[in-house]
Amino acid sequence: MELSVIEEAAEGGCSSSGCGSTDDQMTHLPDNIREKVQNHPCYSEEAHHYFARMHVAVAPACNIQCHYCNRKYDCANESRPGVVSELLSPEQAVKKVKAVAANIPQMTVLGIAGPGDPLANPERTFDTFRMLSEQTPDIKLCVSTNGLALPDAVEELSKHNIDHVTITINTLDPEIGAKIYPWIYWNGRRIRGVKGAKILIEQQQKGLEMLTAKGILVKVNSVMIPGVNEDHLKEVSRVVKAKGAFLHNVMPLIAEAEHGTFYGVMGQRSPEDSELQALQDECSGDMNMMRHCRQCRADAVGLLGEDRGEEFTLDKIEEMEIDYEAAMEKRAVIHEGIIESLNEKHAQKAAAAETTLVTPDKTYRPVLMAVATSGGGLINQHFGHATEFLVYEASANGVRFIGHRKVDQYCIGNDTCGEKESALAGSIRSLKGCEAVLCSKIGFEPWGLLEEAGIQPNGEYAMEPIEEAVLGVYNEMIEAGLLDEKSDDSQMISA
Amino acid sequence: MAVEIVDACVNCFACIDVCPSSAIDEGKSHMLVNAKKCTECEGDFADPQCASICPIETAILDSSGLAINPPGSLTGIPPEKMNAAIMEIKAR
Repeated sequence: MELSVIEEAAEGGCSSSGCGSTDDQMTHLPDNIREKVQNHPCYSEEAHHYFARMHVAVAPACNIQCHYCNRKYDCANESRPGVVSELLSPEQAVKKVKAVAANIPQMTVLGIAGPGDPLANPERTFDTFRMLSEQTPDIKLCVSTNGLALPDAVEELSKHNIDHVTITINTLDPEIGAKIYPWIYWNGRRIRGVKGAKILIEQQQKGLEMLTAKGILVKVNSVMIPGVNEDHLKEVSRVVKAKGAFLHNVMPLIAEAEHGTFYGVMGQRSPEDSELQALQDECSGDMNMMRHCRQCRADAVGLLGEDRGEEFTLDKIEEMEIDYEAAMEKRAVIHEGIIESLNEKHAQKAAAAETTLVTPDKTYRPVLMAVATSGGGLINQHFGHATEFLVYEASANGVRFIGHRKVDQYCIGNDTCGEKESALAGSIRSLKGCEAVLCSKIGFEPWGLLEEAGIQPNGEYAMEPIEEAVLGVYNEMIEAGLLDEKSDDSQMISA
Repeated sequence: MAVEIVDACVNCFACIDVCPSSAIDEGKSHMLVNAKKCTECEGDFADPQCASICPIETAILDSSGLAINPPGSLTGIPPEKMNAAIMEIKAR
């Protein structure tokens, strides 16, 4: 049974209280960089609600081993970096890019991210980029790399107008590096331990400096590995920023025994959500932090957090007839529309912030809230359909994006879902630390269970913009006196 | 004298790219070494290049049929630990 909690959005707009987002990640960036990232879902938190990306798996070879990676990567059901279903030739990749761009016009970005290291497959990677820059000039090209072969590739990268590069830098210290990278392949030899890690680190830093010197935007990814590099990552953040990286993305280690990785099998734990958030907050003193990364597969397609790869398998794209000229025209109109409405939103926000700067007479503690959304920056997803929740923090400073929590889907709209109850329990567990969950609709059963877990379900803001809704709920909590008592602190911890 | 690639191979192409003798081709289910062309890199490199970059243990055998990268040598996972993990997952 389902309770329809809301009809249509009742009152929109941020009328009373100034819906200032404090996490306008991009505001401090120079205009030229902001322009480059405003429609890039992986580089701009705001853009990721509206624009989609895709990866093409043309780069299977790798030149290093990481302890969080298993090179027997072929799996359809897992979603994590390094995993793909179908390897593509550069020609097949170009065909797939055109098919996706025509069918998902919001797709702005094509990345090559593996399943190995793109720069360890220079021919396949650069053939793909060369064809795409000729045939699909309206698509941004990016690449992500472990950095070992980066210095040698910088010249070639700059030729193809690839202005976004991601380097995974987990450490600056070879001793720590030896605990993450068992070996590298370098100058015809497999080099193990500290010696190998030292070469890798030097190449990464050199590559970073060369890229920023050429004006190529660099994002740095780091995997947070408890007990291995988590304290050290603050130093990494400081150093890469000083060298010109414009965004730092600290991601949690993914380690399960069934992945067959060193960390998974050896029982290395992943960080808790709260540990990740604390480290991201500590690093952000130095640097622009990315918090919306979904650690996607090397063949992912769609908005971040969704994967539509199955619609574009080789046999399916083989049958598609794509008129790319026509698709480009359509895409341009759609992109312009999205940017226009974003600019309108920014203007409204700025105006609201100016008129409603009310200093509250009292400071209330921050509150975490989870949101179910299927894109567009709106609360527009049924609780039971959410495969992930976005977590926002509301405080006296406004609303800021904190991160996402993955959940197992428990409701697929029929009776085939087997372990419905335990999956629902999993959903609720993933919301640990949140005090409210905002969605378009929610069933009767999860409503009760959420309340029992100390998480208030809320369907009153269906189809409304996320940040305004979160602020609305926060203000309601203040008005209801929920944030007055000290006892609320203990409730927050137990929730 | 030649190395052999067997079905543990995951087709990552790394060996093809580094082979100095162009002795490796894409086979039906895994990479294949042309024994006539393979020199085990003698004279070119200290170690066979395919086996120096290959990420998969037991995928490449030397001319006497032994795995150049035996279990545990590349991932660092002790084989008994790996076996225990596999048993545990199967028992679930």
